[in-house]
Amino acid sequence: MTALLRSRRTHGRAVFLLIGFVGLVVLPAVMSEFRLGLLAKYLCFAIVAVGIDLAWGYGGMLTLGQGLFFGLGGYAMGMFLKLQEAGPDGLPDFMSYNGLEKVPAFWQPFRHAWFALPAVLLIPMGVAAGLGALVFRQRIRGAYFAILTQALAAAFVILLIGQQGYTAGTNGLTNMKTMFGYDLNDPTNQRNVYLAVAVCLAIVYLVARQLVHSRYGRLLIAVRDGEDRVRFLGYNPTVVKVLAFTVSAGMAGLAGALFVPVVGIMSPAALGIVPSLELLIGVAVGGRATLVGAIGGTVLVNYAKTGLSEHFASGWLYFQGALFILVVAFAPKGLAGIRDVIRRRAPAPDMPMTIEPANVLEAVG
Amino acid sequence: MDIYLSQVFTGLSIGSVLLLIALGLTFTFGQMGVINLAHGELIMAGAYTAYMVGGVFGESVSLLVALPVAFALAGTMGLVLERVLIRRLYGRPLDTLLVTWGVSLLLQQVARDIFGAPNVNAKAPEWLGGGVVVAGATLPYARLFIIALVALSVTGIWLYMTRLPQGRRMRAVMQNRQLAAVSGIATQAVDQRTFFIGSGLAGMAGVALTLLGPIGPSLGTAYIVDAFLVVVAGGLGQLRGAVFAAIGLGVIQSLVEFKTQASLAKVLCFVAVVALLQVRPQGLVSVRSRALT
Repeated sequence: MTALLRSRRTHGRAVFLLIGFVGLVVLPAVMSEFRLGLLAKYLCFAIVAVGIDLAWGYGGMLTLGQGLFFGLGGYAMGMFLKLQEAGPDGLPDFMSYNGLEKVPAFWQPFRHAWFALPAVLLIPMGVAAGLGALVFRQRIRGAYFAILTQALAAAFVILLIGQQGYTAGTNGLTNMKTMFGYDLNDPTNQRNVYLAVAVCLAIVYLVARQLVHSRYGRLLIAVRDGEDRVRFLGYNPTVVKVLAFTVSAGMAGLAGALFVPVVGIMSPAALGIVPSLELLIGVAVGGRATLVGAIGGTVLVNYAKTGLSEHFASGWLYFQGALFILVVAFAPKGLAGIRDVIRRRAPAPDMPMTIEPANVLEAVG
Repeated sequence: MDIYLSQVFTGLSIGSVLLLIALGLTFTFGQMGVINLAHGELIMAGAYTAYMVGGVFGESVSLLVALPVAFALAGTMGLVLERVLIRRLYGRPLDTLLVTWGVSLLLQQVARDIFGAPNVNAKAPEWLGGGVVVAGATLPYARLFIIALVALSVTGIWLYMTRLPQGRRMRAVMQNRQLAAVSGIATQAVDQRTFFIGSGLAGMAGVALTLLGPIGPSLGTAYIVDAFLVVVAGGLGQLRGAVFAAIGLGVIQSLVEFKTQASLAKVLCFVAVVALLQVRPQGLVSVRSRALT
């Protein structure tokens, strides 16, 4: 038994190293600049997907507002780059169009890398921790939580669009050409950005994997399947849930920050309700509560999106709608479910139960 | 003073529309645990019905024809949705949410392919032009009509729930499905009726919205989030809670919009709802129960 476990572990490690080698060495060498840029974008989404998987797949918290955290990280990075470009006393271009004469106070700290780079993680995590503490403490869960996160993402986008002078409105932060003095349009630098994204994804994956396989991970899954039982055992589910939600927000923030140098813009169009939900579909397709599934599913779905929208204009939306319906209703385990069928083994023990024990209690008592 | 009055009035009319939308959501949520994200597209269907009917019947009577037609059409769409998809997913509320979002994407794209992506205008009838002046504030007839329509619908729902045997069964299922089932209530039939009525109300809300502005394929998404906030703030399946929450949110939003900016109003509404949930986690009105959740 231990020999088998060890062999599976070395097996997994070999696969991880192989994928790492392909991702970091082979692909940058063979892919065109344009395709590599697209892949970098998908890997950013995959980082968000790992966070969603942590919160939703393992923790049962359906977060429909990951766009908010993605946006907070992205705007933090965007503000830093804009101010870098504008120089020590300069004003970002859109501010002068909007009649602002000096940089607003809340922008000022983002001049400094020592503030802006940690902020990319800390601001989304702070917001998530605050919201999570307020909501989970009151035992607000399930659909209520989903609705609240969605409303928050919607409000954030409306705020961004409304405060044009401070946030550049609908256009978002655009024209970010340099980072730390490097030209972002240069192919070599774009390749390095891709490598940075890929390395970040690997780190995020390892962190999530460590979390999920730790005692904490067991607790998180237990909270998902029977929050009240966990509470009766003497644990505090609020802390468990807030932690997972906060980590997932941090991942989304990191992804947003990486997204900025990859694409060169950060705008509300990438953050609203629809993009937040789009981030979920990759996780659903790949199989929730499997980290590899979340990453693979997200990359796959985004390739399908690009492919389909290149060929048929409205095809993608029909396809996406159908995908959501078919996958969630009829194949809730996603691609990971196919793997289970191929291996002919019992379903993974950590799939969400269809009826929460709490509901059974409610029905009985 | 008169400017505040007209702001409150505007808030009242927005709150009424929200209420009409939220009623369907709160009943399906409270009774079946179903979050129907495609509800917004039923609003859109209602609005396009008004647009089509306006083309056929002429603008003077179109509104009165469109209301029942939209109710029936949206209600039927909801019924089909329930029978084909949602029924398979009872007990999996979060999955229902995602599946109905897929439905919503499909319906939006269908509308885009049929009616085109740009917004269209359904002409309001002549007799709703103008308004009545009260204490120096002009109250437009169109908004008064909406408020009256919603008041009438809510009264109707209230009578249905409290006076008719069907409504009694609905409340029974909402309070305790298993107990209702063993008492001989056909819970599936009750579910379908609730779904039909809730969806139909969304269709009527769509017709009402044509009086307030242009309509487009993504009309529903603009209102659905606010309507869900009403559901959360009002309490599951609670008619009274939904009324208070909808009017409260509508008025807060329109007053804040007036005092500061529209973009801050949404954020403040969200903050208000989260603050309310700190005091009353179950929403404004809740059924006392010993259940854990």
